Amino acid sequence: MNILVCISHVPDTTAKINFTADGKALDPNGVQFVINPYDEFGLTKALHLKEAHGGTITVINVGLAETEPTLRKALAIGADKAVRINAIPEDAITVAKELKNHIKANSYDLIICGQESIDYNGQQVPAMVAAMLKLPFSNACVGLTINDNTALATSEIDGGHATFQANLPMIIGGKKGLVEEKDLRIPNMRGIMSARTKPLELVEPSIIDGTTNALHFEKPAPKAAVKMVEAGNVEELVRLLHEEAKAI
Amino acid sequence: MSVLVFVEDWNGSFKKASFEATSYAKRWANMMDTQVIAVTNNSVSSSALHSYGADHVLQIILAKTGMGIAEQLGTLCSDVDGVVVAGTALGKTIAPALAALNNGSLSTNTISLPLSIAPIEVKRGAFSSKGIETIVLNGELPIISFVPNSIGIEEIAGNGETSAKDVSGDDLMEITEVNVASGKVALPEADAVVSAGRGLKSPDNWGMIEELANVLGAATACSKPVSDIGWRPHSEHVGQTGIQVNPNLYIAIGISGAIQHLAGVSASKTIVVVNTDPEAPFFKAADYGIVGDAFEVIPKLVDALRAFKAAS
Ligand SMILES: Cc1cc2nc3c(=O)[nH]c(=O)nc-3n(C[C@H](O)[C@H](O)[C@H](O)COP(=O)(O)OP(=O)(O)OC[C@H]3O[C@@H](n4cnc5c(N)ncnc54)[C@H](O)[C@@H]3O)c2cc1C
Ligand SMILES: Nc1ncnc2c1ncn2[C@@H]1O[C@H](COP(=O)(O)O)[C@@H](O)[C@H]1O
Repeated sequence: MNILVCISHVPDTTAKINFTADGKALDPNGVQFVINPYDEFGLTKALHLKEAHGGTITVINVGLAETEPTLRKALAIGADKAVRINAIPEDAITVAKELKNHIKANSYDLIICGQESIDYNGQQVPAMVAAMLKLPFSNACVGLTINDNTALATSEIDGGHATFQANLPMIIGGKKGLVEEKDLRIPNMRGIMSARTKPLELVEPSIIDGTTNALHFEKPAPKAAVKMVEAGNVEELVRLLHEEAKAI
Repeated sequence: MSVLVFVEDWNGSFKKASFEATSYAKRWANMMDTQVIAVTNNSVSSSALHSYGADHVLQIILAKTGMGIAEQLGTLCSDVDGVVVAGTALGKTIAPALAALNNGSLSTNTISLPLSIAPIEVKRGAFSSKGIETIVLNGELPIISFVPNSIGIEEIAGNGETSAKDVSGDDLMEITEVNVASGKVALPEADAVVSAGRGLKSPDNWGMIEELANVLGAATACSKPVSDIGWRPHSEHVGQTGIQVNPNLYIAIGISGAIQHLAGVSASKTIVVVNTDPEAPFFKAADYGIVGDAFEVIPKLVDALRAFKAAS
């Protein structure tokens, strides 16, 4: 089974987010970048599938050279090879088109994305790739079993779950549930050593125009100071929620 | 020309987010001096949509999956100025798939009406609510997917036309099973959320949390470790790596307020925190706080709310 895991390279969840003085971009100073947490679940799922069915795991990122440590980490966790498409990930459409071109030129049985990148919170790329390639797509995928050429994929839907049966190849936008947190693989010494010699292929991009532009970033307005209410006086809380916050 | 809005049905009626989407479309259409076409499932009575701004309701037999519906909408977009989709679970597949099929330019996670229409600019949440991005949609078909509850619903009458049409869309896969908890408020569009963390100490203690949620008509949620240890289902996990919520009221009980938790809930309009530890970081993100033991405070709060509801 040939599996492609799409990896985005994002600020660590504990990062303090600041923007450049002109407000045009994220200020990367002091920010540590990691494998997008949703993609970590996908990568571990790919390893489980490979262990059960055999095959190869390729990880891919659309990004500049700064994302290579993230791809190397994915190799250390257990992917067999990595591909970096050397383009600025301008917007989701440009990323999706680059991924589509790569997928068309190679044959994958399964394409695993994360539900969302925690940087720009797009939730766009996987559904776009699926639509461009007319492939079955399970978003918010929390369960996946593969039998021969068919997949059973469970998606979170509002208020519950839905399970789909699809023929491979298919695409998922995965999240926790695909594998459990405790099963997430982390790199060990042997993995780190072997990652150095695993192939990391550099692909030059097609020239693709995006359809959106980020104009400006700002931080949300700071909260006013918290109002404390005595534990013995919950009636006061009810009053404030009703009269002041108009929340009940 | 027109603004097309996708209207999701739910149990024979519409989702609240669908009315919000329709009224979003109407306000956008008014800025452009054009009409709203609401596309909906043929099995649902459309009349309610007209009071939220639908000028024309187009009833089609909806495909069963987001991919199929996106293809259907795509065939209806040849003469359209823009599309609105609510950011529900289904909408989160439809909007990007439609953008890919029709070379659209898409803003997801949108939290404002259009700030301008030539070019179209909107604000959207980024960096898990740690940032707000202003984005310009400069492709052929602008598509806006907004965060449910972030815009609000306005009643604006639209013209009362309705028609039906046949449009096909390929689902590409088959649904084999659907499990939806009936009667429960769905988290992403809940007006109020009661959420509890490891401070509750055992899954047996959730009775009072559910009671509080019942009084408020709220959805229940939890912190990540609580779902990781299996006290509550994964579908209740909120935060940066869980469901993101922005209700009017978020009550956090026995949750410390780690940065990853706050990232998914800080967009809530009013935040109440109950915690035994006065130094809990959550108080810094709260509007109202009580330092106290949940096991004493919550039953009293339930009583006080019942009394308040009975009196009003
Ligand atoms: C990559 C990554 C992603 C993450 N994503 C998320 C996420 O999406 N969502 C999330 O929630 N977390 C997430 N976390 C975990 C997060 O860092 C915290 O560990 C978690 O939110 C803590 O959960 P808690 O507040 O329930 O538990 P604790 O931190 O153990 O806090 C329990 C709180 O309860 C209080 N308490 C104890 N007894 C009582 C009582 N009787 N009455 C009232 N209060 C009491 C305590 O004072 C304490 O503040 C993530 C972590 C990582 C590394
Ligand atoms: N630049 C990128 N390179 C490779 N994969 C990406 C990239 N951006 C997004 N993805 C994939 O698409 C998923 C959803 O991302 P997004 O649409 O940006 O929220 C991520 O979890 C990744 O699997």
